[in-house]
Amino acid sequence: MHELSIMEGVLDMVRESAGQNNIRKINRLKLVIGKLTMIMPDSLQFAFEVLSQEDMFRGAVLEIQEVPALIKCKVCDNETVQEDPYLFVCAACGSNQVEITRGREMYLDYYEGDQV
Amino acid sequence: MVQVNMETHLLGANEILAKRNRNLFNDNNLLVINLMSSPGSGKTTLLERSIEKLEGQIRLGVIEGDLYTDQDAQRIENKGVEVIQINTEGACHLDAGMVGKAFNQLPVGDLDMIFIENVGNLVCPAEFDLGEDFTAVVLSTTEGNDKVRKYPLIFRQARVVLLNKIDLLPYTDFNLDRFREDLDQINPSATVFMVSGRTGEGIENWIQWLIKEVTEKRLESELK
Repeated sequence: MHELSIMEGVLDMVRESAGQNNIRKINRLKLVIGKLTMIMPDSLQFAFEVLSQEDMFRGAVLEIQEVPALIKCKVCDNETVQEDPYLFVCAACGSNQVEITRGREMYLDYYEGDQV
Repeated sequence: MVQVNMETHLLGANEILAKRNRNLFNDNNLLVINLMSSPGSGKTTLLERSIEKLEGQIRLGVIEGDLYTDQDAQRIENKGVEVIQINTEGACHLDAGMVGKAFNQLPVGDLDMIFIENVGNLVCPAEFDLGEDFTAVVLSTTEGNDKVRKYPLIFRQARVVLLNKIDLLPYTDFNLDRFREDLDQINPSATVFMVSGRTGEGIENWIQWLIKEVTEKRLESELK
C-alpha cells in the first residue's frame, strides 16, 4: 500500500532532476529493489501506471531490477543466496551469526529522457 | 536521448528526517522505543501495564499511531501520561516526519523515555526508520508461531520481542519451541520476554530491563 507514496516520491525526484537537466520527456526509469524489502514490484508498476498520466511520463517504461537476498557468515565467510523462507543461517556451517549483504536495496538507479 | 544516473534511496526523505529525530532524542537524553505488531496483539494493554509499573521510576511520554480514532490515546491519557495522537487517516505506517511533529508537542524536558506505538501492521512500518533507539515487536500467542517466518524483516530488525497473551498459551496451537527455533534463525540476538498484558505475568522482567536501558542511555548521554 505504501508503494503509491513511494512512487510519488520517485516521480518527484525525476521531475526535479529533469527540470535541472532541461529534460522534457521521460522514456525510461530504472529502480533496483531487493527481495528483503517490504516493497512489491507489481504494486510499484501499478502505482507508476496510475501516477504517470501527465505528458512528461506518457509512454515511459518502468524497469525494476530485483536483487536476491545474500547473507555472509561471520564465522566461515561463506556467502549464501537466501530464498523463502528467509531464515538467516549459513548454508555451509549452519551458523546463525550472519549479516545481510544484499537484498535490502531500494533506489532509483537512473532515468532516460529527451532534452528540450 | 540522455541518461541521468541518480542512485537515490527511495526513502531518502524519511531517512533524513529520522536522523534529525535521532539527534533530537539524543540531545534530550531520551530512550525512544518503536513498538510494532499486528492489530490486536495487545500493544496498548501492554503499554498500560508498563505505565503502571514505571510510575514514580521513569517519566514516560507516548506517541500513539492509529489510522483513525483517539481511543488508544485516551486509554494512555487515563493513566496520567503525556500522549500525542497521530492519525494517519489510511496510511499503513508512521513516518519520521509525523513523529518529529508529535515530538515537538511533548514536554520533552520532563521525560526519560518515549514509546511510539506504531500502526498495527507487520509489513510497512518495518521500512520506516523513525529515529528510535530500537524497535520492539509484540507477537501474541493467538496469532500463531508462524508469524516469525512469515514476516522475517520486522523480527530481524527487532531488539526486543514480547510474546504476549502467554496466559492463553494452553488454549492455542502456538508452538513455543518452533517460535524459539525460528527466531533463533532469524534474529538470534533478540531479547525475548514472555508476558501477559491481561494478568501481568512476566511484566516485571520487561520493566526491570527497560529501567536498565533508560539508565544506560542516560549515562551514555552524560558521558558525552
